[in-house]
Amino acid sequence: MSEPALSAVLRPLDLLGEWAISLAASLGRFGTFLSAALAAMVTPPLKFWAFVDRINFIGFRSLLIILLTGGFTGMVLGLQIFFTLSRFGSEAFLGPAVALSLIRELGPVLAALMVTGRAGSALTAELGIMRITEQIDALEVMALSPMRYLVAPSIFAGIITFPLMTAMFDVIGIFGGYLVGVELLGLSPGTYFGEMQTFVDFGDISLGFWKSISFGVIVTWVCTYKGFHVGHGAEGVARATTQAVVLSSVLILVWDYFIGSVW
Amino acid sequence: MIKIEGLRKSFGAQPVLRGLDLEIPTGSITVIIGRSGGGKSVFLKHLIGLLRPDGGRVLLDGQEITRLSGKALDAIRRRYGVVFQGGALFDSMRCGDNVAFPLREKVKLPKAEITKRVESALAQVGLEGVSQKYPAEVSGGMRKRVAIARALVTEPEIVFFDEPTTGLDPVLVNTIHHLILDLHRRHRFTAVMVSHEIPEIFEIADRVAMLHEGRIVEVGPPAQLQASQNRVVQKFIRGEPEGT
Repeated sequence: MSEPALSAVLRPLDLLGEWAISLAASLGRFGTFLSAALAAMVTPPLKFWAFVDRINFIGFRSLLIILLTGGFTGMVLGLQIFFTLSRFGSEAFLGPAVALSLIRELGPVLAALMVTGRAGSALTAELGIMRITEQIDALEVMALSPMRYLVAPSIFAGIITFPLMTAMFDVIGIFGGYLVGVELLGLSPGTYFGEMQTFVDFGDISLGFWKSISFGVIVTWVCTYKGFHVGHGAEGVARATTQAVVLSSVLILVWDYFIGSVW
Repeated sequence: MIKIEGLRKSFGAQPVLRGLDLEIPTGSITVIIGRSGGGKSVFLKHLIGLLRPDGGRVLLDGQEITRLSGKALDAIRRRYGVVFQGGALFDSMRCGDNVAFPLREKVKLPKAEITKRVESALAQVGLEGVSQKYPAEVSGGMRKRVAIARALVTEPEIVFFDEPTTGLDPVLVNTIHHLILDLHRRHRFTAVMVSHEIPEIFEIADRVAMLHEGRIVEVGPPAQLQASQNRVVQKFIRGEPEGT
């Protein structure tokens, strides 16, 4: 006996239910993937050289873009904040304003977005190609865990390199602000750095640090997951790479608001 | 012996395996033939534990392996060598490192012993002097041979070949087939090969199984398949076009 057709009233509910089940299943797979990767990170044997390779891939090779964007972000901040503060005669606060903007907010977020574009996309594409050329299957049939060899080292490297790159972004950004505020616009160097020491405390640095660690997990988690579950062929890899970059970027901004509002 | 009983697998609404039964004797070369897209690779993936069936089971020496996972499945896989369709060599590693990889990671031998075994494995497939080259720097035929060397370097009991000659010219097809036959005579592993190289495959197979519409429609020695009265088998062997 054939199943009776759903009435037009029930059809939207049916579709909503299908969507909700599919979403719950996706989230479940996403969470399980991270749990498996974290388990591989904390149980021996640890793949030290794979981890060093990922540090190089995610961190070292992203340094140039981090230094470049950090420098120019600081210079733009120096310029804009100086003109805003000069309206109130408060140019002396340029140093702390630049430093707090970078340390609390722009450093972790922009560094994470830059690394997502540079290394996250490459990570997804690399794993995606390994998937479609059966290299990941080859690892599995050798009784070797792809999680241990490919995913865990990337997430661990993300946890280590994101705070370091954020710190470099912040430092170069502060010097960018110095270049504009002090060297171009005539603020005294003592005022720029002296006020910074007064207004920037450990809580600000701590916020930026924890943000960058969480962004490191988000980016490497999303990008390895998307690479691991790529569709068919070159089109599948291209789609997964785009999805990885978009989803990572959105999650960075959402998580940034969340962590900033509860800190 | 590998015994497959009533194996069923569907992807969405599309059934691929519809109750497949087959026995693969130990020490033989069994070749699975069938049309492209007919489920041969899907079947092979069930044997090596990359896919789980919707129904039915695979028994290896009497032990059901279809429901295994984790360490129990790894223990089974340590008995396997697999040659993938495209070779599946790790493109970030040199050919020598590809062959050495399972030894370094699974067997934990001294460096000198690993080097010796890798050189011996590459020599057996006629590839001395390529160990320092990356997979992208060697030809398609050489990549297949490196993949065979990698699959055999751990001296597995069972070796699976997924269309090992796809994309090669007829001379290389014969070279790879005779290499597999030669290695089989030397090492006496059980070989399970998916192929549609007709009639070349009849020269090396002990048994041939024809997979059609998700079932094995005929299985036996090559001569039996060649003399088969089964219309599907005859059409496939003769390469007759659809609708004739």
